[in-house]
Amino acid sequence: MERLFRFIFEYRAFFTFLFLEILCAWMIIENNQYQSTTYFNSSNKVAASILNFSQGVSEYVSLRTINRELSAENALLRTELERKAATPPITAGESIDSSAVSRYEYVSAKVVSNSTEFYKNYITIDKGRLDGIMPGMAAIGTEGAVGKVKSVSDHFAVLISLLNTSDMVSSMITRTGHFGTAQWDGRNPRLINLRYIPRHALPVVGDTVVTSGYNAVFPQGVRVGVIKRCTLSEEAIFWDIELELAEDFGKLSFLEIIKSNLKHEQDSIQNITIGNNR
Amino acid sequence: MRTGLLYFILFFVYVLVQVLLLKNIVLFNVAFCFLYIAFILLLPVEISAVMMMLIGFTIGFTIDIFYSSMGLHAFASVITAFLRNYWLKLITPQGGYDVGATPTLSEYGAGWFLVYFIPLVFIHLTVLFFIEASGFSMAGYTLLKIISSVMFTALIIFLLQSMIPKRR
Repeated sequence: MERLFRFIFEYRAFFTFLFLEILCAWMIIENNQYQSTTYFNSSNKVAASILNFSQGVSEYVSLRTINRELSAENALLRTELERKAATPPITAGESIDSSAVSRYEYVSAKVVSNSTEFYKNYITIDKGRLDGIMPGMAAIGTEGAVGKVKSVSDHFAVLISLLNTSDMVSSMITRTGHFGTAQWDGRNPRLINLRYIPRHALPVVGDTVVTSGYNAVFPQGVRVGVIKRCTLSEEAIFWDIELELAEDFGKLSFLEIIKSNLKHEQDSIQNITIGNNR
Repeated sequence: MRTGLLYFILFFVYVLVQVLLLKNIVLFNVAFCFLYIAFILLLPVEISAVMMMLIGFTIGFTIDIFYSSMGLHAFASVITAFLRNYWLKLITPQGGYDVGATPTLSEYGAGWFLVYFIPLVFIHLTVLFFIEASGFSMAGYTLLKIISSVMFTALIIFLLQSMIPKRR
């Protein structure tokens, strides 16, 4: 026993090294899991407050752009509202579709920290558990899809950005109706790849791609991007498609978290029928 | 004790500069400046390997909290801290190190300092970016990130070091 201790003591540097690296490796693996509940990330209160201060400074500089974007969105929503009001009310005998009634709720949040340069980018926002944010919820910006919630603390939350090589979003080409998966390749923060669009589909440059609503995270029809380049090589089964992202992640400052009221219902019925293998 | 307190304060200075300023500065989308590595590299020569690794782990872990990258910077920092003392031993300048010496430009000159810190920064960033990419599938682009970040980080460390006046 004494020999063992002496041995460990002799090589204490190496054993410390081994111990710390295994600890780090474990943390890295744990963090790569979608929906992990880590406390030590930027949703941590102290860290988030410091980042919030930093963001506040840079936000002040870009206030003009933010204002313009928000007012433009306001105008758009007002037009939409007018149009809704103009349509005749539902007549007697016609029942309201139960799935359409308050299926989604929106919570507005401010971006505290964001990056676009890594392979795995995360976004920190200033809304958390106490505002009803839960892991797995979707986030959309003024222009389109942004990401999904990974972990939450009381007042802050960390999102997996669409600009994260391990994030996949089920998407659809609106014109042809074909489904694929949007996934970032880690290079250009303005472009994202659309995979698994079958050979027989005929996408063209300029087609709009939206979320498909198959996975219950995003509602159907949230803009992902516009096709910028599509090629089909000789033997390929799928198209090689590149989208120009709708949302400019470099300028992201406000976003909305979508609470899906029927997510549990959709998930559980899917699990019952097709098993828990997603 | 006084130097201990100095390094304690320096720790927070490095972390704050990293997360408030340098986190927002990424040139051409590929060149990062991870100045906090300098904190590990510039610690006194006589610090033991075990202590080095614990300090390295602490600063890496703190940086990780702000970058939402659990364990990534800590992993790279522990490697850098582990290798630092061996590297220092290998490149001992003539006459050895003085008691309480720090491996800085002002004490051992620009030539020695470059030989000392560039390989360690390179190893640190190589480990960092390849783990971040989780594999070698993007090796070309990852290498571009590593080389440009080494140049950017090394340039900033070197400039900051050359601003410190000679002590003797």
